[in-house]
Amino acid sequence: MIKYLLKRIMAMIPMLIGITMISFAIIHIAPGSPADLLIQMNPKASPDAKARLRAYYGLDKPLPVQYYYWLKRIAVLDFGFSFSPDGRKVADKIFERMPVTVTLNVLSLLLIMAVALPLGILSSMYQHSFLDKCATVFVFLGFAWPSFWLALLLMMLFGVKLGWLPISGLTSLNHDTLSVLGMAADYGRHLLLPVLVSAFGGLAGMSRYVRSSMLEVIRQDYITTARAKGLEERSIIYRHALRNALLPIITLLGLSVPGLIGGSVIFETIFSIPGMGQLFWASAMSRDYPLIMGMLVIGSGLTLMGNLIADLSYALADPRIRVK
Amino acid sequence: MKHAFARAQAISQTVLACLLLLLPGITAFAGAAGQVAEDSADPAHGDTFIDSSIGDASTLIPILASDSASHSVAGLIYNGLVKYDKNLNLIGDLAESWEILDKGLTIRFHLRKNVLWHDGHPFTSRDVLFTYRTMCDPKTPTAYADPFLQVKDARALDDFTFQVHYAKPFAPALESWGLSVLPEHLLKDKDIVKSELSRHPVGTGPYIFQSWESGAKITLQANPRYFEGRPFIDRYVYRVIPDSATMFLELKSGTIDRMGLTPMQYTRQTDTPYFRQYFKKYCYLSFSYTYLGYNLKNPLFKDSRVRQAISCAIDKQELIDVVHMGLGQIATGPYKPGTWVYNPQVKRYPFNQHQARELLSKAGWADHDGDGVIDRDGTPFQFTILTNIGNNERAKCAEIIQYRLAQVGIRVKIRIIEWASFINQFINQRRFEAVILGWTIPQDPDLYDIWYSGKTKPEELNFISYSNAEVDGLLIKARNTFDQNERRKYYFRIQEILAEEQPCTFLYVPDALPVISSRFHGIEPAPIGIDYNFIKWYVPKQEQKYVP
Repeated sequence: MIKYLLKRIMAMIPMLIGITMISFAIIHIAPGSPADLLIQMNPKASPDAKARLRAYYGLDKPLPVQYYYWLKRIAVLDFGFSFSPDGRKVADKIFERMPVTVTLNVLSLLLIMAVALPLGILSSMYQHSFLDKCATVFVFLGFAWPSFWLALLLMMLFGVKLGWLPISGLTSLNHDTLSVLGMAADYGRHLLLPVLVSAFGGLAGMSRYVRSSMLEVIRQDYITTARAKGLEERSIIYRHALRNALLPIITLLGLSVPGLIGGSVIFETIFSIPGMGQLFWASAMSRDYPLIMGMLVIGSGLTLMGNLIADLSYALADPRIRVK
Repeated sequence: MKHAFARAQAISQTVLACLLLLLPGITAFAGAAGQVAEDSADPAHGDTFIDSSIGDASTLIPILASDSASHSVAGLIYNGLVKYDKNLNLIGDLAESWEILDKGLTIRFHLRKNVLWHDGHPFTSRDVLFTYRTMCDPKTPTAYADPFLQVKDARALDDFTFQVHYAKPFAPALESWGLSVLPEHLLKDKDIVKSELSRHPVGTGPYIFQSWESGAKITLQANPRYFEGRPFIDRYVYRVIPDSATMFLELKSGTIDRMGLTPMQYTRQTDTPYFRQYFKKYCYLSFSYTYLGYNLKNPLFKDSRVRQAISCAIDKQELIDVVHMGLGQIATGPYKPGTWVYNPQVKRYPFNQHQARELLSKAGWADHDGDGVIDRDGTPFQFTILTNIGNNERAKCAEIIQYRLAQVGIRVKIRIIEWASFINQFINQRRFEAVILGWTIPQDPDLYDIWYSGKTKPEELNFISYSNAEVDGLLIKARNTFDQNERRKYYFRIQEILAEEQPCTFLYVPDALPVISSRFHGIEPAPIGIDYNFIKWYVPKQEQKYVP
């Protein structure tokens, strides 16, 4: 097992280097450089100023040299400084945004699981029933409904018409003066709509997976056996069928790890949430190379980790895989 | 807001174009609602003003920033030596007065005494000298170094006198000293880019920095020791709301106090009794214009008759009516109507398709083969208009122009490209036939960089490659003259030539459409816009909303 683990981790290193090399190349091939964007079309900026900026950012060196320097720093986990005018540390910029995005995504994932699991199980138990059809329509409605539109409609209803919830942002103006409990409530009120809207869009995938994997398990011989020996339906479903049906969900969860830190631009923009999605978008538009690369490395690292964890927990959960 | 540089920038992406709506301009019309109770209430201290923006500031050291969000916030924290008053005249800010000596070669500033930095340290001429040196330092990644590199010698004569000497008279020099003065005691011998000050600025201005939540909001607190008097509004919050639909909902629910409206919102969505009661809308010409620029190196556009014909074939009022819901004015040149430098007497090109066809046929273009497209020597007249993604107004203009030009037999294609690629691959390499873009109209009329024939190298701003010896001469004379009347003569002539030659078709000057919560009093629209007297805005005691 440990040998297997080590082997997997070793295999991740060349993969990571490959990913960074390709992303580095693509980003630098994209037309424009941070120096351009700072002073482009600005009557007060001379080409001389531009050359100065280029040299300042080290963009006057050949690309492989730039890559080498970057790789050397990244090897000791130094992500460098952002090219944006504030010149802050890339790591600071990323880790200041990450908690918001992770909180939001974890809450929404929990909500998805809380709704999709029962929904999927019920759908499979009563396949082709009216309930199954309603659930199908409901989850696909969520999947197909543009989230930004739903978000705006809900904001209009709860924010403007009824005045129950704040429209956007994360905290109220008087947030700092509130008690701890008040602060938590304030966050809750701000997060309610974003979590609801993003979970609504994600229900379809998860509930369908649960449904189909349950259907598959229910048709297995051991379920028939369980039924034949007169077990209660509840215990058949929850003790025998569900446990086995949940195996593929582990993989699905493992694969959603990178999704937890990568926010959605549209979503964060609509709700004015200062998260990872907006940061990535802004850094791409301003060609902030160190920041883009920093986020890509963290993102791809987490994806690989997610895969690994999924594989490992799969092995832990399923004795058949462990034996192999 | 007060900062001269914010306006000196070109209109770039939508981000900037939208933020530009916050910039000052002339009052054409002040909102009908709310003016009534203006003088009945007493000014009072207190309350919070919540401003909104679609983009976050990048750094609060203004010399390093090139986005208007940073300049808006920093404008409340820092001061320059000079600033523009409400009628667009330069007046003293940190400088009490100044003298122009040696026929314009030397400027001597007499600084205000008893001005304190927000941390209590006294302000002196050493801070000004330090700021100047920082600007000229090749290690400072600033886009605004140019006017300071013209300085031959700068010195602090005593604690409150600062003198600069130029090699030749340079009229835009005075304006350039509107740059934010930085505190020497906090920045000396430090790398300015990595300085704490970019996140925690310390200035001399009316508001003191309090906190900054990245991507969410920046909070400022009134400076009780401000040299022009403590501002009435106690707290200023700059909220970042990247989506304009969300921003509008926030406005309606009363959680922000100001936003820039779109023409559609201004005319169709804000005319309700509720809105009239709680908000005041303003509408005045913005400091920018939109134009159709031709690549003058392209043989298609070499003949000025062709350019004039295209100008005749475009109905500019139609563009304003359709794209801006009628909120704007036809542009006749690179200056804003109503300012001292604007020449209203230049040649105009009213919509006239007949005249357009006539001019084209004089230039040899006619529909010889009967396919509906005019041609000359067997080549049909067709070209592509480029513009950037994210600016719907420009895309709409392009479509209307395409339709109108088709009517006189010119075939137009439209291509819309992402900003960075647009500039790099097309503008800088001169790989375009025509573009729709906008320029900000700076307060100082010097347009040397845009129209001078020597400024056509790659990456320089005369990318349409305009060249006219008389204009060149006038541009140089005008920038070496301090006398406004004389300068005006030169710029009037330049506008006549540009109007005659039509190196680009000047389309329109759009209106700025800010809306502000009606509990704020003391807003007096002026030629420069509304922001100039922000520290005098107030909320009467009984109307205050955010009471600690």
